[in-house]
Amino acid sequence: MAENSGITAESLEQTIRNKLEASYVSVIDNSGGCGQIFEAVIVSPQFEGKTSLAKSRLVNTTLKEEIAQIHAWSNKTYTPAQWEKLKEKEAGEA
Amino acid sequence: MSLFTRSLLRAPRQFTPTTRLLLSRYLSDSTRAAIDNAIATSPVVLFMKGTPEFPQCGFSRASIQVLGLQGVDPQKFTAFNVLEDEELRQGIKEYSSWPTIPQLYVNKEFVGGCDILMSMHSSGELSELFEKAGVLVPGEEGEAPAPSEAAEKKDSKTE
Repeated sequence: MAENSGITAESLEQTIRNKLEASYVSVIDNSGGCGQIFEAVIVSPQFEGKTSLAKSRLVNTTLKEEIAQIHAWSNKTYTPAQWEKLKEKEAGEA
Repeated sequence: MSLFTRSLLRAPRQFTPTTRLLLSRYLSDSTRAAIDNAIATSPVVLFMKGTPEFPQCGFSRASIQVLGLQGVDPQKFTAFNVLEDEELRQGIKEYSSWPTIPQLYVNKEFVGGCDILMSMHSSGELSELFEKAGVLVPGEEGEAPAPSEAAEKKDSKTE
């Protein structure tokens, strides 16, 4: 698709943990190695009381430089409470 | 999805490609004004990669599918292909303060990108938003009478 962005799932994860005080982060590199396509799940207390749009805006601002360098960025954002609820629901379905 | 063909053809061509290079990441007044016009084209406006019939990115494809599932009225919808215009492609990111494409606007207000559409779709927020905005194909769910039906009833009463 494009030349290597130099961005890795690990570097994104580290930035998210540090800047967003995330209690859980999962970043998946879907690019097949070129570092252009990432998908993230982020759980942070900083999302408390925010709409989906506000949560994503916070993530986008935090990762502005990184996102500008990659092709595709997708993220799901949860507060710790929302995350617990989701896990319970998944456990119930399993 | 072919429902969207007409709205695409209706899309104005203010964004014909220019030879001018985009030298600055900051929005010029003319680009800002063109985007102001673009988001006012229809109640529902999607900036996407490719066209509704031939999306050129999975995220844009998914967004179009959600708009279709929601029953957005094609008459009230316009799509802009950012791949046709580099100025629009960069400009819309600055305009919305949103780093990715697709981007959805409803009644000139930014709603979000693909992830947000998906989560609002499954939570029910999106249908609420569309209903409130009055942009759905009328009368499908039999909830409120379609405007045309209501008009007919009124007519028959007066006769």
